[in-house]
Amino acid sequence: MDTAEIFVTLGGLGLAAFVIWYFFFSARQTAAAASTAGGVQQVAITVKGGYSPEVIEVERGQPVQLSFYRAEENSCSEELLLPDFSIRRELPAFRTTLIELLPQRAGEFEFTCGMGMLRGRLIVK
Amino acid sequence: MNTVAPETTTLDIEGMTCASCAAFVEKSLTRTPGVQSALVNYATEKATVQYLPDQASPTTLKEAVVKAGYGVVERAPDTSAADRQAALDEQKARTYQQLKRRFWVAVGLAVVIMPLSMLMLWPALLQRVNMQGLNYILLLLTLPVLLYSGREFYVSAWNGLRHRAANMDTLIAVGTGAAFAYSLAATVVPGFFTSRGLMPEVYYDTTATIIALILLGKVLEQRAKTQTSAAMKSLLGLQAKTARVVRPGGQEIDVPLEQVQLNDVVVVRPGEKVATDGVLLEGASAVDEAMLTGESLPVEKKPGDAVFGATLNTTGSFRFRVTKVGADTMLAQIVKLVEDAQGSRAPIQRLADKVSAIFVPTVVVIALLTFVLWFDLAPVESRLPLALVNFVAVLIIACPCALGLATPTAIMVSTGKGAEHGVLIRSAEALEKAYRVDTVLLDKTGTITRGEPAVTDFIVAPGQDARRVLQLVAAVERQSEHPLAAAVVRYAEAQDAAALPATSFRAVAGHGAAATVESQVVLIGNRRLLQEEGVVLPPELETPAAELLSQAQTVLYVAVAGRAVGVLGVADTVRNTSAAAIRQLQQQGIEVVMMTGDNPQTAAAVAAQVGITRYFAEVLPPDKAAKVQELQAEGRTVAMVGDGINDAPALARADIGLAIGAGTDVAMEAAGITLMRSDLQGVVTAIALSRQTIRVIRQNLFFAFIYNSLGIPVAAGLLYPVFGWLLSPMLAAGAMALSSVSVLTNSLRLRSFRAN
Repeated sequence: MDTAEIFVTLGGLGLAAFVIWYFFFSARQTAAAASTAGGVQQVAITVKGGYSPEVIEVERGQPVQLSFYRAEENSCSEELLLPDFSIRRELPAFRTTLIELLPQRAGEFEFTCGMGMLRGRLIVK
Repeated sequence: MNTVAPETTTLDIEGMTCASCAAFVEKSLTRTPGVQSALVNYATEKATVQYLPDQASPTTLKEAVVKAGYGVVERAPDTSAADRQAALDEQKARTYQQLKRRFWVAVGLAVVIMPLSMLMLWPALLQRVNMQGLNYILLLLTLPVLLYSGREFYVSAWNGLRHRAANMDTLIAVGTGAAFAYSLAATVVPGFFTSRGLMPEVYYDTTATIIALILLGKVLEQRAKTQTSAAMKSLLGLQAKTARVVRPGGQEIDVPLEQVQLNDVVVVRPGEKVATDGVLLEGASAVDEAMLTGESLPVEKKPGDAVFGATLNTTGSFRFRVTKVGADTMLAQIVKLVEDAQGSRAPIQRLADKVSAIFVPTVVVIALLTFVLWFDLAPVESRLPLALVNFVAVLIIACPCALGLATPTAIMVSTGKGAEHGVLIRSAEALEKAYRVDTVLLDKTGTITRGEPAVTDFIVAPGQDARRVLQLVAAVERQSEHPLAAAVVRYAEAQDAAALPATSFRAVAGHGAAATVESQVVLIGNRRLLQEEGVVLPPELETPAAELLSQAQTVLYVAVAGRAVGVLGVADTVRNTSAAAIRQLQQQGIEVVMMTGDNPQTAAAVAAQVGITRYFAEVLPPDKAAKVQELQAEGRTVAMVGDGINDAPALARADIGLAIGAGTDVAMEAAGITLMRSDLQGVVTAIALSRQTIRVIRQNLFFAFIYNSLGIPVAAGLLYPVFGWLLSPMLAAGAMALSSVSVLTNSLRLRSFRAN
């Protein structure tokens, strides 16, 4: 093995390890919903290559209002899916789309883009 | 002290790009004289401001926002759902136009870049050309493709990386980015390569062609995607835009649909659409309800009948009172139900979901390993280009689009198609369950039969005028409220029997009724009534009565002036379409079982009439669910079809419940599928549609999985040691573009679904 091969091998394996850590094991941004006077739990989510915040904690039994602001035109994020609540909604670019739901049981519910590539989680406590 | 009550207003702010912008706007508003509080939400782009109207006004508030460097969007009052949809469609059309423009720019430049790159294949020509200069020309031609046409991929990949999310754009960006970066280095510092014994090769053609091909895929995909929701759009488009409302003074005016209110009286003229749901007040007509029920024959409507928004009036004219508007109407509920189903996840998709979640990072790792292996194992002089080409090919071929599109697109088309046929599917799971059904359990009353009694036979004693007898009987029964009396009246009306006046009406509880018609006492009721009134039944009526009783029919006896003159057979009649629908289900290999609360004799008669061999008689409402369980215990996958509240437990218990007719909300709530048409043909349609949809989904998933699981190893160069095959990144891009398009096209085949 010459120097270049050693360099490429170590570099490649290192990058692969980084990719695995970065996408699967690194910490995620979590946000808890803020409750309004009316008892509605509100969370503002920005959609731009992903959801931020991507993990949202809400209380069970109280209405939740998620406002998704899509800050891009990329077609990947044009649809939002919350299959456990039977919600499929189009998110127009540079607009806010409000999604209301009532979580009646505790658990973790995933929300994704139309193709399931961008992911977020709604944790109902 | 200020005595003016504060007012609250909401402003739509535009131009905010981050949370600190919101803070800025908020500060500017708070500092405006008269403003008591201001709250700006960055996500919703709204400012809620409380102010004192004597010191501030919406105009001064707007000025404050503008002073802070942002804008206030003037909201048009009362924008309707249709307007919002139109605005959304317009935005989508604009994005699609942009996409096409980017595609054509990429194609135009790629067409020039390709032949210029091919010059290298002709050594004679190559000697006359300055390689260095050519590379710079190619670089200049590729830059617009990269920066204009492909910009979105890089921006999206970058945004995704920041969120630790990876999508198809990540793969394209890394792939084309790597090819471009290598080429750029070979163009700018060729000496670095030649000093190491390498040809400074460039891959501008690869970069440009991949971007052009991926954009082609996106253009085709976008076009096909709009077609998947076409059925829903056309359903929404059916709504009338205006309604002709009768004002209290009797004046008729056309108003926009949004302004129609409950209890308004609306006029519908021939050929017009019914504006919203209501009850017919005066007039009569036949209304085409195909858009809601899938039933092609117009339905007769008379005062007291329900009419539904978006249905089409035929030749008559009528007025109706509005009972439902907006989201409460039948059409809005259908749309909501279908939308919910389209948002749900089919269990069949679980594997695809799991794969999608880890797909892109896994592919990146495979691509990196491919690079390392090629670099380490290939001959020194060609190891870098080979490693690079295969690295790019793996990234480009592994597009997860097809996988992501496989199930949802089929569900979208199929649920929309179902709605067109009056089959409302509640969830993707229901659709998938209907596919596995091998036994259909039918509730007899209201499902196989019409669920209301009807006169089947009318026999008069010899020498009697049948028409005359019918007129007399109908005169008595018009006074009665008994369901059997209603059946007799309907029969008489169908025969055009003239209406006669009746006096001295009396109902004899449990027996029948009597009245005086044209000075004669007319009796109608059961045999006990005749016996108690001392009327003897002659043998010529005795025989037909016994015959009717043997068919499990209810027999009504008629006596005029103390003489028995006729008998009527009344029964719950089988729908015209039941036998054919049951036969079709049986032909599909499904066993059809009937269940009824009737006695075994009646059950046997109806079962024989429609071709059912297995039935449960004398089933009490609470035991219906148990019968479903009994069949399930035999290892069957049971679809239960019912129409009433008492069917709800059985509908819920069954593997899949089909509520027939939009009858009761409870039954609809418990059922996975609702059939708007009140006949069994809907069951056949629902099962056929589900079978076809699942078949399409399976094909889609097969193609998507096969494509990726074969494509990646080939792109990685696994076949090279054996056959010497390598996959060109450009071919990989072409295959990728076609994969999602083929999955979409396959799903769109469901649009040609026909019931039967």
